[in-house]
Parts: sequence; C-alpha cells; structure tokens
Amino acid sequence: MSTAVSTQLLDVLSGAILLTAVLTLWRRDLASIIRLVTIQGVLIAGLALLLGVDEHSTELYLAALGVLILKAVILPTILRRVLRDSGEVRETAPLVNVTASLLAAAALTLLAYVLSGPLVALAPSAATRALPVGIAVVLLGFFMLVTRRRALSQVIGFLLLDNGITTTAFLATSGVPLVVELGVSLDVLLVVLVLQIVAARMRMAFGSTDLDGLNGLRD
Amino acid sequence: MGMLTSTGTLDPGGPAAAAILFVPVVVPALAALLAAVLGWRRWIAWGAVAASAAVLVAGVVAACATDDGSVLAAGSLLRADALTAVMLLVIGSVSVIATWASVGYIEGELRTHATTARGARRYAILVPLFIATMSGTVLAANLGVMWAGIEATTIVTAFLVGHHGGRRAVEATWKYVIICSVGIALAYLGTVLVYFASQHSGGADGADGTLAWTELVAHADRLDPGVMRIAVVLLVIGFGTKMGLVPLHSWLPDAHSQAPAPVSALMSGVLLSVAGYALLRYRVIAVAALDPAFMMTLLLVVGIGSVAFAASMLIAQRDYKRMLAYSSMEHMGLIAIGMAVGTPFAIAALLLHVIGHGLAKAVLFCASGQILELTGTTRMDGVKGLLVRQPVLAGVFALGIAALLGLPPFSMFGSELAMARATADAGLSWVVGLALVLLLIVFVTISRPVAAMLFGPHDDTPQPDTGDGQTMSAARPTSSSIPLILGLLALAIIGVATPLDGLLESAAAIVGTR
Repeated sequence: MSTAVSTQLLDVLSGAILLTAVLTLWRRDLASIIRLVTIQGVLIAGLALLLGVDEHSTELYLAALGVLILKAVILPTILRRVLRDSGEVRETAPLVNVTASLLAAAALTLLAYVLSGPLVALAPSAATRALPVGIAVVLLGFFMLVTRRRALSQVIGFLLLDNGITTTAFLATSGVPLVVELGVSLDVLLVVLVLQIVAARMRMAFGSTDLDGLNGLRD
Repeated sequence: MGMLTSTGTLDPGGPAAAAILFVPVVVPALAALLAAVLGWRRWIAWGAVAASAAVLVAGVVAACATDDGSVLAAGSLLRADALTAVMLLVIGSVSVIATWASVGYIEGELRTHATTARGARRYAILVPLFIATMSGTVLAANLGVMWAGIEATTIVTAFLVGHHGGRRAVEATWKYVIICSVGIALAYLGTVLVYFASQHSGGADGADGTLAWTELVAHADRLDPGVMRIAVVLLVIGFGTKMGLVPLHSWLPDAHSQAPAPVSALMSGVLLSVAGYALLRYRVIAVAALDPAFMMTLLLVVGIGSVAFAASMLIAQRDYKRMLAYSSMEHMGLIAIGMAVGTPFAIAALLLHVIGHGLAKAVLFCASGQILELTGTTRMDGVKGLLVRQPVLAGVFALGIAALLGLPPFSMFGSELAMARATADAGLSWVVGLALVLLLIVFVTISRPVAAMLFGPHDDTPQPDTGDGQTMSAARPTSSSIPLILGLLALAIIGVATPLDGLLESAAAIVGTR
C-alpha cells in the first residue's frame, strides 16, 4: 500500500474513532450507545490492522484480531445483556444536558490537542500526528463517567476511556508488547464482568441501577 | 539447604533463586485452587495461613540474599532486590495475621449464618489469590507486568469488599471497582507513554522500546522530558488512586469499612503500600529523566493533600472502621511526602513506616472485626467499657492504636522521627511543621474516642441488631488474639532491636536519589 493511501486511511479511521466517541455523548438511547461502542471497537481493530500492514508485523495482526474479538464482540455482548436485564432503555437524567455535553466534547478535544503537543513533537509521523484523537477519547470517556447516572453508562464511559488508551497505544508505539496487551485485555474483560455482576446485585438491593441511590456510605 | 552454593550464599540467577521467587506467587495460588476444588474447610483455611507463612519465609530468604545489594532473578519475568524483599516481608507478615484471623472470622460468620457455604468458599479462594497477585506485583521485573498485577488486585478484591452483600456492600464495591479501574487505566496510559519515550530514547537505532525496569533506569536520562512529564502525572494520579491519595481517594473509606475485617487488614496494611511501591520504582526513572523538583512537587501536593484531608475527616468521625481507613490515608500521605524527599535516608524511613503501618493496621482491623462481632455496631459511641468486657481484645486494640499514633516502643515512632529528620535535612522544614500540626490533630481525634471505647461505663443492654450472634460471640476464645499479639510483638521488636536496618539501607540505595 502506498504511503499516501495508508496515511489517508489512518486519518479517516482516527477521525471516525473520535466521531463515535462524540456521538455516544449525543445519544441518550442506551442500545444505540452500545452500537456506537461496537463500531468504535471495529475501527480500533482496523487501525491496528492498518499499522500491521504498514510494518509487516504479525504481532500487530494478532493484536488486531484480539481487539476485534474483545471490543467488537465480547464486551458489547456483555453490555447488551446488562441492558436487557435492567430494562432501562434510556439514560434518563444525565447531570449535564446534551448541548452542554457536545460543547464540552469540543473543548475536551481542543484540550487533547494542546496536551499531546509534546507527544507529537517527540516523533512526528502520520501515526503520532493522530495521537490527540486517542487522548480526546480518553477525556470524553472520563467526562461520560462523571456526568452519567446509570450504572451501564458508567461502564460504557470506562470502556471509552479504555478504547482511547488502546488507540493511543497503537498510534504512539504501534502497540505495547503482546504480553502486556494480553494482560490489559484480560483485565478490561474481567472488570466489565465484575461490574456486570455488581450491577445485577445493585438491581436486587436498590430496585434500579440509578447511581443516585448510592448514598448510604458517608461521614 | 543443598541448593546453596559452597560460600553459603544463594546463586542470584540459579534455579534455587528462581524457586524462591516463584514461591510467593505459586504457593498462595495453590491454596486458592485447593479451596476452589474443595470449598471451605478448616484445614484449607489453615493452608492459607501456611501459604502466607511461605511468602514470609521466601521474603526472609530473599532479604538475606539481597541485603548486600545483589539481585535474584528468574528469567526476564521475575526479579527481587532488597526493595522487593522488604515488600515480601510486609506482604508475608500481614498475610499471616490476616489469614490466621480469617479462620475464626469465617467460622463465626458460618455459625451465625452471616455468610453461606458459597460465600465462605469464595472468600477462601479470593484471599490467597489476592496475596498471590500482590506478591507477583512486587516481583515483576517488567513495569507492564507490575501494572497488570496491581489491576488484578482490584478484580480479585472486588467480591471480597462485597462479601457481606446488602446495599452498603454493593455501593462500596461499585465505587471501589469504578474509581480504582479508572485510576489504574490512567496509570496504564502513563505506562504506554513511558514505553513510547523509551522507543525514541536511543537515537536512530533505538526503535526497540522496553518496560524492563533495570533497562529503563539505566537509560532514564535519555527519555524525552516532554513525554515523561505527562506520563509521570498520569502515573502519580493512577497509582495514587490505588494508594488512597487525593484526588481519587473516595473509594477508600467505603471499601475499607465494608470489607470483612481480615480483608481490610490486607487492603489497608499491604495493598496501599504495594501501589506505593510502584510509585517508588517509577520515581527513580522520573527523577533522572526530568527536573527532580517536578516529581518532588507532585508528590508533596498529593501527600500533604491526603494527610490534610484525612485529618479533617477524622475530626468528626463516629465509625471506628472508617476512622482506621482515614488513618491509612493519612499514613499513605506521609509515605508520599517521604517519597517526595527521596533521599536514601528518607526512603529507608518510609520503608520502615510501610512495615510498621502494615503490621499495626493488620492488628487493628482484625481487632475491630472482633469488636464488631462482639458489639454489633461500628459506631464508636456504641462501644463502651471494652477493657472490662474483653480485656485481652481491648489491650490489643489499645496497643495497636498506640503503635499507629507513633508511640514508642513501636517502630512507627522511629520511622516518623526519621522521616521528619530526612524532610528537614532536605530543606523542607515547612513541610515538617505542617505535618506535625496535622499529626497532632490526628492524635487528638483518634485517641479521645478510642479512650471512650476502652474505658467509659460498661453498658450491659444488648445491641438491637445483633440477634443471636451476641451470646455466641461473647464466649469467643482468647486464642483469636494470638496472631494479633504476635503482630504487636513484631512491631515492638522492629522498633527496639532494629533488625532490618541493613536491608532497609540496601533497599534505599536502590531507589533513593541524591
């Protein structure tokens, strides 16, 4: 593949990853948010595949396959199961409304560009120039985590954060060593499984997964 | 031992060394496997104690082998220097106390139907696994593997925090998993950036990045400062979360107060310090790669912030388990301040503090579990006249508090004094002054209500929410205090006879600077 084409593909993929993250803040319907996260998983796998083609690296092909299975198949399946069990289809009352969320997303993306200046400066290349996208997705995930009140939304926020970090890792380093990659993937999977079980317990104990109910422990 | 070489020392890279390094991970994991297959049995619970003792013994062997500065290694996966040995000693000794206390704890819960056979089995699986993940973390030669180990502790402990079920346990578990996972995810991003910097540290030929700690330390001065600055902030916030430092500390009082007492002992006594250990490893790299003042300022801010926040939360505290939790936060803050100073003397002092805090908190959390079982309440005003009702337990609790507040002969007296001196030597007298004021507040706010718990008029009216557990637990054998008394003895011996000084100096030489 010629460099120009792969650079363009890289930019398109990175842009799409950022777009899916912003759209999760726009949508209130939890099922479509899960769809967006799934698409984002596919895009990240595509990014790893593209970098693998560029560098002729078997390790990256494997990583791409792993990302695809984990982020586009297993994790969305778990999320859909939580959604089905909870019967709550919408994020009812986010602390920040949609318009303000989208404005915040714009501000956070700008912030990501400022923050990642030193990262791009260290090794300017097509991949590292797209690094701010990864950082922006991290910030957007963090934003979702602190402004949403449903247990499922918080889990999705955590997954966005993790997707952002994975994107950053691929763009900056063409992937961390495979051992570490495996450990990280396993951890994310286990965290989501643990959260799924805790959310189920929460429903039994509180009758809903509205996190405003979590106010029994204070000083 | 036949595996020792003729000179009597351990061959650092040989099979004997490798075996020693695998023991702290493999033996507790086997204990967990046994519990997974057979469920809760009394002898399996004692097996967990034996596994903890094996960790402690491996720690002692590693300490003897490394206190001259040598390094044990098992391939490129595991390594142990004097710092690792110190951490293994803490993990081993606190685990022995906690698993020993667990035997009586779970039996009591089964008797009063506070837990089911299934809950007991889960507990028997997860506690040894928890110990294995912590050992793996401190033994990891690679910073990526170390990160994975710390994250694994969150997963393993999630259901231990939620052991009791019910609204409060669910709430504590949710906060714990979400906040710690986010914190540790930030630490992962920091790790990725360190790897990125190492990929570009060797000029044109340096395309191979590394996360091996020794290699990173050797080339730390070549890492790009711009990238490292971002990485270090992420690492301090990330591992700081797991250590209970501001700003992502809010999980700590909830998780430590809701977890079963022996688990709180492990979480507070060692897990926090294991996260601190990760920061110690990264600090050496950060100081060489950046302007040293950057790391110092960062650690001072989170350290002083944590001590101040903990002191303020202790002022109106009415729950003794939450009081102990905030006290952990205060001590972790002090350790962060010691790390900020970072001279070998300060590091040796903070490691002694880690040991002292681990033992004292293990004793106190286990004792608080017995007080809870006895009185049915965690409110301090619900406990009166403990000295009359349970003299041994009350004595253990009182001595533990004395140790925690830094009174002699216990080792935290020496370590707090040494940290103060090291901080003053580094020209940070204002920090010492500030910390002393905060420690005075802590001293008063802890000692007054505890005195009321110990003395005070003996109240005979049964607590309303205990049910039939009251009569059963009133007859609790004093043998349950044995591990706690051993812990206090160890604290006093370390404080008076200072047997660990050589080891601590070697450890401090590894990660201390200037």
